[in-house]
Amino acid sequence: MITKAKDINEKITWQDITIGAEIYEPATSLLVETGDWRVMTPVFKEDDCRQCMLCVLYCPDSSIPVKNHKRRDFDYIHCKGCGICAKVCPFDAIEFVKEDK
Amino acid sequence: MSRRDRMSGKEAVAEAMRQINPDVMGAFPITPSTEIPQYFSKFIADGEVDTEFVAVESEHSAMSVCIGASAAGARAVTATSSAGLALMWELLYVAASSRLPITMAVVNRALTGPININNDHSDTMGARDSGWIQIYAESNQEVYDNYIQAMPISEAIRLPIMICQDGFITSHGVSNIELLDDDEVKEFVGEYKPENYLLKHENPLAVGPYGISPYYMEVKRAQAQAMKDSMPIIMEVAEKFEALTGRKYGFFEEYMMDDAEVAIVIIGSSAGTGKEAVDRLRMEGKKVGLIKLRVFRPFPRQPLAESMCKVKAVAIMDKAECFSNSGGPLFSEARNSLYDLPNKPYAINYIYGLGGRDITVEDFYEIYNDLFIIYDTNKPGDIYRYVGGRDSRYGEHGFDHRKYDD
Repeated sequence: MITKAKDINEKITWQDITIGAEIYEPATSLLVETGDWRVMTPVFKEDDCRQCMLCVLYCPDSSIPVKNHKRRDFDYIHCKGCGICAKVCPFDAIEFVKEDK
Repeated sequence: MSRRDRMSGKEAVAEAMRQINPDVMGAFPITPSTEIPQYFSKFIADGEVDTEFVAVESEHSAMSVCIGASAAGARAVTATSSAGLALMWELLYVAASSRLPITMAVVNRALTGPININNDHSDTMGARDSGWIQIYAESNQEVYDNYIQAMPISEAIRLPIMICQDGFITSHGVSNIELLDDDEVKEFVGEYKPENYLLKHENPLAVGPYGISPYYMEVKRAQAQAMKDSMPIIMEVAEKFEALTGRKYGFFEEYMMDDAEVAIVIIGSSAGTGKEAVDRLRMEGKKVGLIKLRVFRPFPRQPLAESMCKVKAVAIMDKAECFSNSGGPLFSEARNSLYDLPNKPYAINYIYGLGGRDITVEDFYEIYNDLFIIYDTNKPGDIYRYVGGRDSRYGEHGFDHRKYDD
């Protein structure tokens, strides 16, 4: 059974799930919200940022999108709040705060 | 055109591997399976096959190699025994749940404690819940024949398969064997053409993902269904094999069962000794039969139960102890399979042959004798018994199991 990743959710039956839970497309993590258990949150202070891109390289979850040679605001769907970006930023352009939920 | 030769069971497996020419072998030596990869390495060195042999540092790695190769799209094989199989344990489940059709020759040997390198079924019986198809053989010929049938079964249903043979008995013992021609084997087994695999660049694939609680159970249910659906495939492949060779295979073989009053159910090479006992007892006019189970996973619950129901008392024999205090693994499942049938026979268990202990024709006499006692008295007595072991309760004429039913 070839079921597309977008159709695999918590309602899927055993008849429709893929053989061996295989996933037949690339980059399907984009479909899954993995940032919902974040406790601490990085906040991007754009005015202080010099676009050195160090945070982009260090982010273990590819949660800092880059467009036209500039980093943009965080992808909070996938950011797990590890705080590495805030730690490595040389310009204090990332605040690491407790999120109110 | 077949050719006749004489060879050991492990040579027969290596020969079958040569004829198939699989893509990858990951293997580590362990007695008594060592010579399978050893013979096969020679075929590789001599250029008779183009298999990639991966020499690993343990069986854990051997199975990991097979899993990686199989996921990549290759036909992967290995061979092992006993502690080697035990060291693969974690990966056996990975292979089966990832639905990778790996073929493993298992030369059955006891698991240690006390240290022992001889034959029993404790290794593969321990792995019975790992999700692998398991097929057992009585003779070298059956080992070879089962191996040729392995891949067409396993690849059709996408489940890994163990082809089991008894250590030293059907691995080192030499006997006459009828081999198929290379072309016949290649045609029978065919090319391995998986639909999806890691090296298929136009279709990126992820294998073995994280399956959290909302998904894990559905994947397991589908895996259980695959085991169920492998039943007709095993029979189809056996029929195709019979058309090619004239040698008939099924889930089990019935020997003198048509008019039998009592019977033995047994796996593997000891069935040969059991058949000799049947022949001799038949000459004395005793209506005894034997069922040799070939396929243990999937367990052929219904047909086996129907076959056992032809008699009034069956002795179900286990060459492995599982310390359940309610009999060996084959007994538990075979007896369980009888539960729903109205005319079920008495079913008792004998643990035998542990750690290479011989089972003799005389032992089988004793068992058939016990079965006739049950046949006559309708009293099964102790259903969980040992045979072939020294027991201080034994007198000159054995002992009465009816007295020991606690």
